Amino acid sequence: MEALDGNAIAGTLLERVGAEMTAARGSCAHCNATAQIAELRVYLRAPGTVLRCPSCEKVVMVLAETHGALRIDSSSFRLHLPASEDLPRHEPHGHVPRRA
Amino acid sequence: MSPISRGFMGRRRPVADPSRVPPGQYLTDDFPVLSAGPTPHTPLDQWSFTIQGAVSEPVSWPWEEFLALPSETIDTDIHCVTKWSKLDTSWRGVSLDTLLEHIETEADYLTVWSDGDYTTNLALEDVTDGRAWVAYEYDGQSLDPEHGGPARLLVPHLYFWKSAKWVRGLVLTPDDQPGFWEGYGYHNHGDPWLEQRYQGD
Amino acid sequence: MIWQLARVRELVDETPRCKSLVLETPEWPGHRAGQHVDVRLTAEDGYRTERSYSIASAPEERELVLTIERLKDGEVSTYLVDELRVADELELRGPVGGYFVWEQKLGGPLLLIAGGSGVVPLRAMLRHWAAGERSVPARMLYSSRTLEDVIYRNELERLAADAGAEIELTLTREWPKDWTGHRGRVNRQLLEDLAWPPRQRPLVYVCGPTTFVETTATTLVELGHDPSRIRTERFGPTGS
Repeated sequence: MEALDGNAIAGTLLERVGAEMTAARGSCAHCNATAQIAELRVYLRAPGTVLRCPSCEKVVMVLAETHGALRIDSSSFRLHLPASEDLPRHEPHGHVPRRA
Repeated sequence: MSPISRGFMGRRRPVADPSRVPPGQYLTDDFPVLSAGPTPHTPLDQWSFTIQGAVSEPVSWPWEEFLALPSETIDTDIHCVTKWSKLDTSWRGVSLDTLLEHIETEADYLTVWSDGDYTTNLALEDVTDGRAWVAYEYDGQSLDPEHGGPARLLVPHLYFWKSAKWVRGLVLTPDDQPGFWEGYGYHNHGDPWLEQRYQGD
Repeated sequence: MIWQLARVRELVDETPRCKSLVLETPEWPGHRAGQHVDVRLTAEDGYRTERSYSIASAPEERELVLTIERLKDGEVSTYLVDELRVADELELRGPVGGYFVWEQKLGGPLLLIAGGSGVVPLRAMLRHWAAGERSVPARMLYSSRTLEDVIYRNELERLAADAGAEIELTLTREWPKDWTGHRGRVNRQLLEDLAWPPRQRPLVYVCGPTTFVETTATTLVELGHDPSRIRTERFGPTGS
């Protein structure tokens, strides 16, 4: 079975955490390789969701939904979020004015 | 309640005999491939099955010896916690009773471990008396790597996440140690007839 | 509150296996090219399942379009392609995604590499590119099994003729006798020939089945392209 990538959990993270996270960069606690969440290897319905480092394949994040509540264990994926002044200045996520 | 999608049925099969389908389950004819990681490919000449931990003496079988052990066919239904049940599946494997026959232990539990860092926990009484096998054939053929080959654990009376793919051994333990999914909130026991999907069920 | 109901306004047969769903979404906040939605279906007895589909329409368009490939034994795709009717409603979550996104300000040159139905989000990017100033060149390399599997074929020809997009098609399983496009899978030679040289630092988007995406991305890096300029999205059956 072939893995998908972090794009596959974008909706879950947006809905449950409240942020667009696929572009977030972090490092693997096992091998120190850095990757954006979209680049992690994703195994869905395993019965939960397992995310693995694209470099060393070890588990870096687990999503498990039990009784409707979601546990996210990202202890092996250390997020590095840039300083606010380094963030690109543009419209908020998803807002593009429609043509009439 | 979500809006209904007109005309959507999904791939469920009608249930002819409800007594064979645990609560909350749907029937499928497929055998979905659900994995927590990439398919391992341990060469058979490096494969072994080991029983260790709270035992007087650990024991290990390389592949050829394992295949030479007494085996049996198992015809059974399987139930996945993601709500799929598949009836009348056919396997061949070695019973855990055979594997544990000469093991001396006072442990009541075991942790199953697999290639790919997967673990799950079971009570000894759930894998003895003809309730569990290490299976290496499915439907008359060698077990496909995608489905856990060369060998997987088969414990059909519990939810199928307990039937660890790519199994390599058991570690007997005095206490119940949650395995991978159990540590994330899945039920320690996992009886589909009592719908024990998550801790607290 | 990000789940919403969309109504099917029109169904368009794209290829024997693919259909586009043109949707009315009154509460749509707008989206960026490359983003996707999660579609959730609920049966009468409460059975529910979800799949992700890339948005095929550009941000400039009035209606949201999804293009669905019917997968063999696909539980959701067979419903969306074979059963769904005009005026039916679909529950959607989105738009989703911030990594696999292209917009004018990100620049280029823009290189879009598609395997099969991976062309869907790349078509949205190309439409968005065509609707803008086209200050960077755009090139698409699109791999399909056969000519009749090429989704949006007429539109891609028009974008080439009218907007100056460079469209390169390769067919992998069979091709017409007089075929002037490429033949065979996307390989190192084809990428070397068709990608801009690494020193031009193209912004590359690769989308399609997992193996296609991984082989292509790995080859591009071997050819000297900067991995941080390559964005990938893997499609695949979800196995359940």
